[in-house]
Amino acid sequence: MVTYWSVILAVSMLIYVLLDGLDLGVGMLFGTTTDDARRRSMLASISPIWDGNETWLIVAGVVLWGAFPLVYATLLGAFYIPVSVMLAGLIFRGVSFEFRVHAQRSKPLWNFGLIAGSFVAAFMQGAMVGALAQGLPVADGRFVGTDMSWLTPFSVVSGIALCVGYMLLGAGWLARKCEGQTRDAAFRAIPRLLVVVLALLVVLFVHALASNLAVMSRWMTRPVLFLVPVLGLMAVVAVWHAAAQGRDKLAFTGGAALFVVAYGMFAISFWPYIVPFSITIDQAAAPMSSLSFMFWGAGLFVFPLMLIYTVCSYTVFRGKVEPSAEHY
Amino acid sequence: MELSALMLSRIQFAFTVSFHIIFPSLTIGLAAWLTVLEAMHQLTGKAVYRRVFDFWLKIFGVAFGIGVVSGVVLGFEFGTNWSELARLSGPVQGPLLTYETFTAFMLEASFFGVLLFGRSRVKPGFYLFSAAMVALGTMFSAFWIMVNNSWMQHPVGVAFIDGRFVPTDWAAIVFSPVVWVRFPHMLLASYLTGAFCVAATGAWYTLRRVCEPEAKVMLRMGLMLATVIMPVQLLFGHLVGDYVHDYQPVKFAAIEGRWHDEQPAAEVVIGWPDEAAETNRYAVSIPVLGSLIATMTPNSKEVGLTSFPKDQRPPVLIPFLAFRVMVGCGLLMLLVAWLGSWYAFKDRLERKTGLLWATYLSFPLPFVAILTGWFAAEVGRQPWTVWGVLRTADALTPTLTPQAASTSLVVFCTTYLVIFSFGTYYVYKLLRHGPASIAQDHAPTGSANRPLSVAAADPLHD
Repeated sequence: MVTYWSVILAVSMLIYVLLDGLDLGVGMLFGTTTDDARRRSMLASISPIWDGNETWLIVAGVVLWGAFPLVYATLLGAFYIPVSVMLAGLIFRGVSFEFRVHAQRSKPLWNFGLIAGSFVAAFMQGAMVGALAQGLPVADGRFVGTDMSWLTPFSVVSGIALCVGYMLLGAGWLARKCEGQTRDAAFRAIPRLLVVVLALLVVLFVHALASNLAVMSRWMTRPVLFLVPVLGLMAVVAVWHAAAQGRDKLAFTGGAALFVVAYGMFAISFWPYIVPFSITIDQAAAPMSSLSFMFWGAGLFVFPLMLIYTVCSYTVFRGKVEPSAEHY
Repeated sequence: MELSALMLSRIQFAFTVSFHIIFPSLTIGLAAWLTVLEAMHQLTGKAVYRRVFDFWLKIFGVAFGIGVVSGVVLGFEFGTNWSELARLSGPVQGPLLTYETFTAFMLEASFFGVLLFGRSRVKPGFYLFSAAMVALGTMFSAFWIMVNNSWMQHPVGVAFIDGRFVPTDWAAIVFSPVVWVRFPHMLLASYLTGAFCVAATGAWYTLRRVCEPEAKVMLRMGLMLATVIMPVQLLFGHLVGDYVHDYQPVKFAAIEGRWHDEQPAAEVVIGWPDEAAETNRYAVSIPVLGSLIATMTPNSKEVGLTSFPKDQRPPVLIPFLAFRVMVGCGLLMLLVAWLGSWYAFKDRLERKTGLLWATYLSFPLPFVAILTGWFAAEVGRQPWTVWGVLRTADALTPTLTPQAASTSLVVFCTTYLVIFSFGTYYVYKLLRHGPASIAQDHAPTGSANRPLSVAAADPLHD
């Protein structure tokens, strides 16, 4: 049962990162052009999906609370500032999206809200992952640090890395969904974003290995694990190739694969800890009566339906967007 | 005044949750009403029902969107501000909110999309079924929230093991008697909210002499619904009072403004509780009525606040006043609904300008009643977060500083005020234009996942 809910949590978070990651990426890339036609097609590429994507954050949030209450309490308490600011960023991103359509004079304000909201949310998410990887001061299942414990050079680099990573995903998405200038611009951006994100990832990984003996020994004692980063390199090559050859679909798929690999490397480095290196998955799990209550309804029936629905909605909106079809 | 992290967190939670509840109360009511409208349209074939349906579906979309956006924060606040609560009661509250979210997700994801785009693509029967499923979904969502809150009011079905609440009997939690009076009370309140907003809009159009056929439907259906629901709501209100009387006597005493044990007990109709002096100022009381309300007997002994130690009493002023405002709103709504229905029955309603104005101006009443009702319930629960077992002060995140708490409070207040002003403005714009301007066969465009965009697709959008 614990395993089942760990998988549900991991899948929900991965779906969130991939799907809302591309939305946030497009939101950030929105700031790279002032051309109205390009902006319209960028928005059209994510308009039918962004809100549903964001829902996965809430899904991950409540599953975390229901199945691993200790982690929910510890992490949200520790990340008070970044979580609050991230939520505000997400709300501003969302309302800017809707309100800029209505706006006449205040359009620049909503454009700014969309870009800044996306940046702030992405940065805070990355910084939290960084702070988590670096290790939070936890004693006896409770966070014992301060409001600002999360803010370190490592977490800042991690925040920037996630921003760039999301932009890479977003650019891949634009290449896949758009045509003409927007697609060309996305292909021009992809190699640059790829180099930056790769450099930052290497810095983070090496820093994690060097500064944390537990992580280091785990990787060193099982060299076979290095196959995973090799998979990552293959994804990098795929993205590079896609950008060079103008392969629309491969660019996004490769970017997504890179994210999956990074996510997997994170899990390998810390499993079975859910809060490194203080709380394990088993310690954090809710009592069996809670887990099975959730399992027999939400877990067994509703979750698969949610997955099916998500797949269906992407199938409905597959293919290139027509800029004229939407009212943006 | 220096505000503590505790007080700031309480203000922030009260602000965000009060803001949020406005929108679900409206959408729960509207969803049910839309289902009725669609059924009437299919039964009678009258086009006017269809026009009213299409029109209110747009309002529903905007309110639903704001409800979703403002609700996101709540799911995280339990952890950010109340991490001790989240840690201790997570095994109970987490699964309940998981069910709530999953239900809401399914609703948002599937059937709402059919309502927005599906008119021409599905059979009328399935369209009606979708409307009913959306109504059912909003109802389920409210149900899980009420189970969660009722557990905090009356924690049953758990054991305290290894420093946390472990659910031992989910049936006792979900089918707690407290849930089954409070959930109907909230549900009926939402239906009344829908009914009064619809009736007020109808009255507004009638006064302006626009959209007359639609206005007639709105006015009459709204008032008739309220006429039937209002007395039932008063009954459930009374039953909620009974549970408070039995399970939370000190809260009951605070709401009643009763400072000392009394037999038979008087009912303070209105007054101004003075907590320092432990008495009510300017009080108007009716003897014996207090016992009658509490137990339906004329000489029961009713317990007063001073029978409880000071550190177990809730604040008195807010629950006392909030409860009276709620009841006052309820009685006003009853009056408007019954008078309106009477004249509608006589077919003289459209000429009663005074009553139309009263109906038009009554739209805030259900919202005020819901908010004050929750104030009475939640402030009255203090000093406990989980009644009798976890104090609010102990539920707070231990590491939270006043600086961090005030930062987030400012951030959320700003954010919510921006959404609220624009959201209200768009709803107002939609209402002002009215249903007559919607072309008959213009299916609303936009996206199921972006209900706010429904308003944008409006052809009359400037």
